[in-house]
Amino acid sequence: MTKHQAPRRAYTASELLAVMASRLLKDGQVVFAGVGIPLLAATLAQRNFAPHLTILFEGGTIGPFIVPGELPPSTNEQRCTRRSNMVLPITDVLLLLQRGYVDVGFMGGAQIDRFGNLNSSFIGEADNPTIRLPGTGGGNDISSLTNMIVAMKHEKRRFVRDVDFITSPGWIKGHRTRDRAGLPQGGMWRVVTDLAIMGFDEETREMKVLAMHEGVTREEVRDNTGFALLFDDHVATAEPPRQQELAVLRELDPERLYTA
Amino acid sequence: MKSESLIKPYQQLRGATLARDRGLREKVMSLEEAAKLVRDGDHVGIGGCTMSRTPMAMIWALIRARRKDLTVSRSITSTEGDLLLASGASRHIITSWFSQGIVWGVSKVMRHFTENKLARFEEWSHMSIGLRYRAGAMGIPFMPSRSMIGSDVSKRVGDEFKTMECPFTGDRLVLLPALNPDVALIHVQRCDAYGNAQLDGLQFMDIDMAMAANRVILTTERIVSNDQIRRTPDQTRIPFFTVEAVVEAPIGCAPHECYGVYEPFFTQLDAYAERTAKNALKGCCDYLDEFYLGPKSWADYLAKIGMDEVLDACRRGRSVHND
Repeated sequence: MTKHQAPRRAYTASELLAVMASRLLKDGQVVFAGVGIPLLAATLAQRNFAPHLTILFEGGTIGPFIVPGELPPSTNEQRCTRRSNMVLPITDVLLLLQRGYVDVGFMGGAQIDRFGNLNSSFIGEADNPTIRLPGTGGGNDISSLTNMIVAMKHEKRRFVRDVDFITSPGWIKGHRTRDRAGLPQGGMWRVVTDLAIMGFDEETREMKVLAMHEGVTREEVRDNTGFALLFDDHVATAEPPRQQELAVLRELDPERLYTA
Repeated sequence: MKSESLIKPYQQLRGATLARDRGLREKVMSLEEAAKLVRDGDHVGIGGCTMSRTPMAMIWALIRARRKDLTVSRSITSTEGDLLLASGASRHIITSWFSQGIVWGVSKVMRHFTENKLARFEEWSHMSIGLRYRAGAMGIPFMPSRSMIGSDVSKRVGDEFKTMECPFTGDRLVLLPALNPDVALIHVQRCDAYGNAQLDGLQFMDIDMAMAANRVILTTERIVSNDQIRRTPDQTRIPFFTVEAVVEAPIGCAPHECYGVYEPFFTQLDAYAERTAKNALKGCCDYLDEFYLGPKSWADYLAKIGMDEVLDACRRGRSVHND
């Protein structure tokens, strides 16, 4: 849990994440989305300002439109195919990333470090883990092959200096190490949390705060981060979620499966 | 970590295929008979993905037949992985993601077996698993690709992870070793008695897996006539000569889903998650006793899940066809 005193807000942390993340998307983009916040954010963007945004699901779907109240429990159920343009094998939808058809990969994260590397495999030593996590799924492919947005809760145990295990590569060790490792394409672009929106320094590839949510202080962000964050010269204050945005989210997820 | 390569020598791969009777012949049998086609120690590929088109009835039959030492591969592994570990059927699962499903959190059963080093969860990226089956389907020993490089996932799979400089471009490429399962278990909506299989909706990695495997055991919601298949051959996805057994197993993925027929059985899945959350191993073993070893037949298993649940899942399943 975050240490900071949560301000009295008319929305949940998950709703805040979904709204802020949705605003980072652009009309016409092809977005490879995980279920949960990424899917809600992409659908919100479609409804509000990006009617030509195409969602891809790892299970093998191009361009679905989610039915309110029928959010899929994974990217591989029949609910993921509603009103889609095409269904195709998993390998082939993932190959669209490798071929270069995807603008943005969008997923949640368990643990992230200062260079945007994600860990969803092991907490502790890989040979002797405290917790064996579920693993990469398509996370490694998406983060290796396109530009990434990650939405996650801002907690010290999740924002660590070095991840225990690089499941999905960000900028690896910073500077040009990603390119040199054999990944000239893609990379971590934005990290959206319940406190702030972060990017990465063009040169060193260290995580940098670009904007904070209303009422959040730098101290709070620092206190909930396990490494020294950079702050942009002009840290903006993000516009709080609008009623209309929240209304769309609540229509999509009336049972609050992902937005509680 | 060293691992024994699963790549089969080419002549051995072809020889095993040539040795099979590939004639157009009927091969309908029971779950119990089909289970005998799987040997202890086989590499078993499991079709579907996460909670979708999981060949649960066949897995159920293998666990009841007390198969052991199976190497299991699948695109994404859900509750069937827990059950294969807890029953002792497998100690080695090759997959990209392993837990019941995102909404239920991390599998306590998977954690128990992996953290106590009782089983191996060999993790590859999802696309890599797919390309490994595709290489297997193409009869080539590896497939080049561009993910997994630079991550710790690649270091973890040890000797099986290799890279090369592309002889044309100089790009650094990953070489993914082929997967050719001894047996692929695949559940479809319909097939004929010869094994011509038509499947609706999401295909996952099933077609590549069928072509890669030495033999396919098909379970199907219903067996239809060969005439019916021949009226829509464009819908046939798996050719009969890859198939060694056809088993009619209605609601054969329960409590997972089968596209257009039933959605996941959420009440049953919630109850399973609750059992295993309290005490992973005992919860899972109790579940095996009650639902796998106890029932007299697949119909009896479905009866244990309950008619209300079956009907609810079927109502939701068919809704995909509604406007």
